[in-house]
Amino acid sequence: MGEKKLMKGNEALAEGAVRAGCRFFAGYPITPQNEVPEYMSWRLPEVGGAFIQAESEVSAINMIYGAAGTGTRCMTSSSSPGISLKQEGLSYCAGADLPLLIANMMRGGPGLGNIAGCQGDYWQATRGGGHGDYRLYVVAPNSVNELANLPRKCYEVAFKYRIPSMILADGTIGQMMEPVEYKEEPIDVSKLEKPEWAIGVNHEHRAKRRITSYDLTEGGLEIMVNDRIKRYKAIEENEVMFEEKMTEDADMIVVAFGTPSRVATAAIKMLREKGIKAGLFRPITLWPFPYKQIQALAKRVKKFVSVETSMGQMVEDVRLALNGTAETHLYCKVGAAVLTAEEVAAALEEIHNGSTKYAAVK
Amino acid sequence: MQLLNKRPESLIDIKTHYCPGCGHGIIHRLVAEVVDELKIRERMIFVAPVGCAVFADKYFDCDTTQGAHGRGPAEATGIKRTIPEAIVVSYQGDGDLASIGMAEIVHAAIRSENITVIFVNNTIYGMTGGQMAPTTLIGQKATTCVNGRTAKQAGYPIHMSEMLATIKGASYVARGGVHTPAAIMQTKQYIKKAFQNQIDGKGFSIVEVLSMCPTNWGKTPKDAVAFVKNEMEKEFEMGVKKDHSAADDVPAAAEAK
Repeated sequence: MGEKKLMKGNEALAEGAVRAGCRFFAGYPITPQNEVPEYMSWRLPEVGGAFIQAESEVSAINMIYGAAGTGTRCMTSSSSPGISLKQEGLSYCAGADLPLLIANMMRGGPGLGNIAGCQGDYWQATRGGGHGDYRLYVVAPNSVNELANLPRKCYEVAFKYRIPSMILADGTIGQMMEPVEYKEEPIDVSKLEKPEWAIGVNHEHRAKRRITSYDLTEGGLEIMVNDRIKRYKAIEENEVMFEEKMTEDADMIVVAFGTPSRVATAAIKMLREKGIKAGLFRPITLWPFPYKQIQALAKRVKKFVSVETSMGQMVEDVRLALNGTAETHLYCKVGAAVLTAEEVAAALEEIHNGSTKYAAVK
Repeated sequence: MQLLNKRPESLIDIKTHYCPGCGHGIIHRLVAEVVDELKIRERMIFVAPVGCAVFADKYFDCDTTQGAHGRGPAEATGIKRTIPEAIVVSYQGDGDLASIGMAEIVHAAIRSENITVIFVNNTIYGMTGGQMAPTTLIGQKATTCVNGRTAKQAGYPIHMSEMLATIKGASYVARGGVHTPAAIMQTKQYIKKAFQNQIDGKGFSIVEVLSMCPTNWGKTPKDAVAFVKNEMEKEFEMGVKKDHSAADDVPAAAEAK
């Protein structure tokens, strides 16, 4: 704590998870997240934890299902194609109310795509991804330092509300090196209370515990899902995180998360030098999405631009937040193309001046 | 009056959903008797599959988990590695273990995961209504091979025990049955050995159990027993396929941590 270290994103994430109490990791190699399992393979045994290189992403997420059921803070990580493979398991984890941490260092897609950073998994992450009615708590860091410190928050929310948590970062954040300062002391896992639902050895002969997502009794599943929805509502109420920059006097707001939010910040500064008052709104939680906060800004600002490295996925949430009260525009690049501040600034300027090139999304 | 036999403590006293003549009830009882005799109920965590035995998580009097189809050995791995003291058993059917879960069972054996697997082979998908399984016999009828399985169209039945026995990490592999009193007695010994190995840290142990599915075979319980005896036993030879638990070359069981 207090000490700044230069760290690669993926390693900072792994160390952050260990400091947040992670004691079990299962994963499968895929670029650009390989440093996470590599780091965990030697780091977890140092703290009495266990690491497994699974035979597939499918197996890895089901190992997590088992480990999470024991109340252990556990983690898996992957990148886009591997995250697709984990969706069935994630649905089961959500259906069994299991707290866990999963990281997606997004790459270009669909299919094998490429290995550069991208944001094409926004819909998958924020809409559940697998089958059935469920949510994931999804956070999106835009720096290595934020990535390093988010696992603690993810476990807190995951255990408090019994929900899987996901760190959704583009591969760029995982691959780059930046100074990291862990804000809190490492958690002493021996002091963590075993949850009252967790399975384990039962020498005291308490009532048996079951980890499962099924209920075939009449109305049983309905009760189970409704209980979960209550917790989702509480998360929406209590756990929204976001950041605003230069929004106080702005007449145009850029909405961006992850790496594009940094490019957008640079672009906004360029615009301000030209006298255009743009500002940045950065959702940190993608679910729950900061609808209310964006709505509040729309009382004063009438132009919003979603800047993304996807075909325009988050823009749908921006539009839902604004609900017709302000214009929603989109500037995006696909196929893991690199976004530059110059081109974002140029697009923003055109939008600001009323160009029809990036017409309002209807 | 003297009490000669009673319900095992490891089985909860409730009605099961199994069909008349189904083998699961006998196999559940054998597992429960062994767990009682080895005094490991407090340590046991039961991993239920997807398939007919999905509800087994309600029948065993211990903590249980039930997850995705075929992934029992992966779940068991996550449990065993986080609670080394636990005795973890993955209970699976033939569709679960030999079809969709082929990778998970093979790699659990490769790692010599220190778990016990009970593999119930009744050559058919029971819960979904009688589709062809990877273990369905040539000529055997199922709802997805109504004129009987042909090798030309669907290949040959898989011999899981023989295949797993080739894996160095597999410590103990045996195939029994529950269609005759002798087979039941023998199978109980196999199951006991498979649990004892886990207690002793000997690594991956699996017992395949040939079992009856009168409902989906379209047979009476009596004819179903005869089918196991006359047809299945010919394809799936019973006996111990591998026992390295006492040998010097016992594979190094995966250490939980």
